[in-house]
Amino acid sequence: MQLRMLTLHKPIHDEMVARARTATPLEACGILSGSDGGVRTHHPMTNADASAKHYSLIPEEQFAVAKAIRAAGETMLAVWHSHPATPARPSEEDIRLAVAPGVLHVILSLAGSEPEMRAFLIADGKTESVPITITEKEQDDV
Amino acid sequence: MKITINGDATEVSDGLTVAGLLVERKVKMPEMVSVEVNGEILKREDFSATTINDGDAVEFLYFMGGGA
Repeated sequence: MQLRMLTLHKPIHDEMVARARTATPLEACGILSGSDGGVRTHHPMTNADASAKHYSLIPEEQFAVAKAIRAAGETMLAVWHSHPATPARPSEEDIRLAVAPGVLHVILSLAGSEPEMRAFLIADGKTESVPITITEKEQDDV
Repeated sequence: MKITINGDATEVSDGLTVAGLLVERKVKMPEMVSVEVNGEILKREDFSATTINDGDAVEFLYFMGGGA
């Protein structure tokens, strides 16, 4: 079933922002896992491209994270990356390379005065914005 | 034969290569997929020459990447 929303515990949001800021000017990236659209775990990933304008995950890390997610009884919900200097919208390359089925794409922009995080369903060259809810409580308590 | 694919026990045709398995499982855009068999990541050029055996643990992953 395709996710149409994402709920994120604030400490995970803050961890992603901190990681993106640390990586700047390069893009940061990671995987979010959990269940029913509720993120429980953030898996920071290496940007194999080490670039300000591109990112790609390392297959060895992806396989390890996929197994860890399965072992935890979670599912892969989203892959995220930062846009250090551009808005939180999918680029042409983001759309072209969004081939993993059933996974949302979260973009964290540091281009403005405040970080902006948005989620998108990208499939067959089309994008659809998906709401993100930031919660103060752990997902177990929601 | 029985193998596991991404942790799920699955029945597939005997004598399949990795390339054939991707076709049989109707994997879209196999050129964007990484495959691991029994913990070993395969080179894409070896997909057609690597035979899957009964009991193998196979993992598929789609490429993840993008731009700015």
